[in-house]
Formats: sequence, C-alpha cells, structure tokens
Amino acid sequence: MSDSLKLQYIISDEDFTRAGEASGDVKSKLKMMGVNPDVIRKVSIAMYEGEINMVIHANGGVIDVIITPKDITMILKDKGPGIKDVDLAMQAGYSTASENVRALGFGAGMGLPNMKKYSDEMNIETELGVGTTVTMKVNF
Amino acid sequence: MNTIQRFTKRKGHYMTINDVQTILHGRFICGEEHADREIHSACGSDMMSDVLAFVKDQAVLLTGLCNPQVIRTAEMIDIYCIVFIRGKKPTEEMIEMAKERDIAIICTDHRMFNACGMLYDNGLRGGKPY
Repeated sequence: MSDSLKLQYIISDEDFTRAGEASGDVKSKLKMMGVNPDVIRKVSIAMYEGEINMVIHANGGVIDVIITPKDITMILKDKGPGIKDVDLAMQAGYSTASENVRALGFGAGMGLPNMKKYSDEMNIETELGVGTTVTMKVNF
Repeated sequence: MNTIQRFTKRKGHYMTINDVQTILHGRFICGEEHADREIHSACGSDMMSDVLAFVKDQAVLLTGLCNPQVIRTAEMIDIYCIVFIRGKKPTEEMIEMAKERDIAIICTDHRMFNACGMLYDNGLRGGKPY
C-alpha cells in the first residue's frame, strides 16, 4: 500500500523519564505532514496514555502506528500481566497503579478512559499472564 | 487601582504569560521570549492524566509535580506555559526539554490553592465542569 505510512516504536520500561518519546515523535511527524491540529492532539493524548500504561504496567512493548489518507491506527502490544477486569479498568478513577507511580503523576485511573475519549474506535484484547493489545483509531 | 482590577479591566478573561508571572510573583526559568503569548484558561493538578483529560487552547498548567512527564504532558496538549508551585525547581533536563518545545516555565513560591485563586481573581477561568 503506497498511500499508507507505517511507524514502529519499541517501548522500554527501563527509564520512566523517557516514556512519551514515541508519542512526541508521532506528534511532530504528523505536524510536519500538515495533519489537522485536533486530530494530532487526539492521537498524541491517546498514544501517550497508552505508552505510559505500557511502561508502568507491562514492562514496555511495541507500538505500531499506521497512517492512511482516512485515519490513523495505533496498535499497542505488550507482554505484561494482562487486565483482570476490563470493564472495571475502563471506569474513571479505578487504578491498580502503585503509590510509586502516583508519585510520578500517573495512576489516577484516567488512562484507559482518556484513551477511549480521544480515539474514535478502541478495542482491547487481553489475556492474564500473556499480555494486552490495545488498538485505537482516530479518523481524519 | 489594585492588581485585580487592573488585569480584569484590561484583558477580560485572558492574560499574557507575563501577567501570569507578575500575578504569581514568579520567576521565569525559561521562555521569557514568549511572555507576550496569550493565556485563555488554566488547569491546576499534580496528576498528569487529569491534565490530559483537560484540553483547552492556550492554557497554563499549574503543578507541584516536578518531573519530565510534566513537560511531555504539556507538549501533548499544546500547553505552552507551565507554573511550578511551592518553590519546586525543574531539573536542567526538564528546562532543556521545555526550551526545545517553546514552553515557558515560571516558578512561584505560592501554594496551589492560592496560585489558582490569584489567577482566577484576575479573570482567568478553567473551563466547564466535567
């Protein structure tokens, strides 16, 4: 497919201060491509929350970003512990994050709700002990 | 004429980054060259996900959290002025990150409640409730 662009990022959990670098890179690339600012913001926030989740809950993972003329799809795949109760995790304010993570400014239970809020479509596939794949789509 | 009357009378419900610095008796750490940029709303929080749930154009972020994720959060939602409250000081790494992103950083010794109240008193608002 010549009219789609694919980007891939390996997310490491070694350094929390670097979490968000991939999202920042996608943001600047979309900016250079002249994408509508509202779309850029939605993609940036949704991906950033996802990237943070991968670092604090799942020991990192891989993010694929596919840009087509119609939409932007982000596929976040990790080999973390999985999500026990997806409905509960989707509730604003529910969090399993440690005090340590809260001290860093995250773990308020807004990650998944924010990802859903800023994406036009979101799908979560998760298996305990195997990992989680979150797919988010933002339309142009 | 006191400060409160002066700012609201002149600017209505918005102000400049320079006004934010003056009202909060703050110090510019970087981005002083952006002092004339307009600020239309404000968000005060130490939880970055709460900030990411708040998207407003031309906003200032007040926070007591002091780590690189504050700069990244601001970057994601196009916030170009961050105020660190309670005398918190950003690291060199954070200052460099802010400079690269054209984000102004102001430090104030005021606490969160007072700092937000001072900006509110001067006409700045935080948007609608959830």
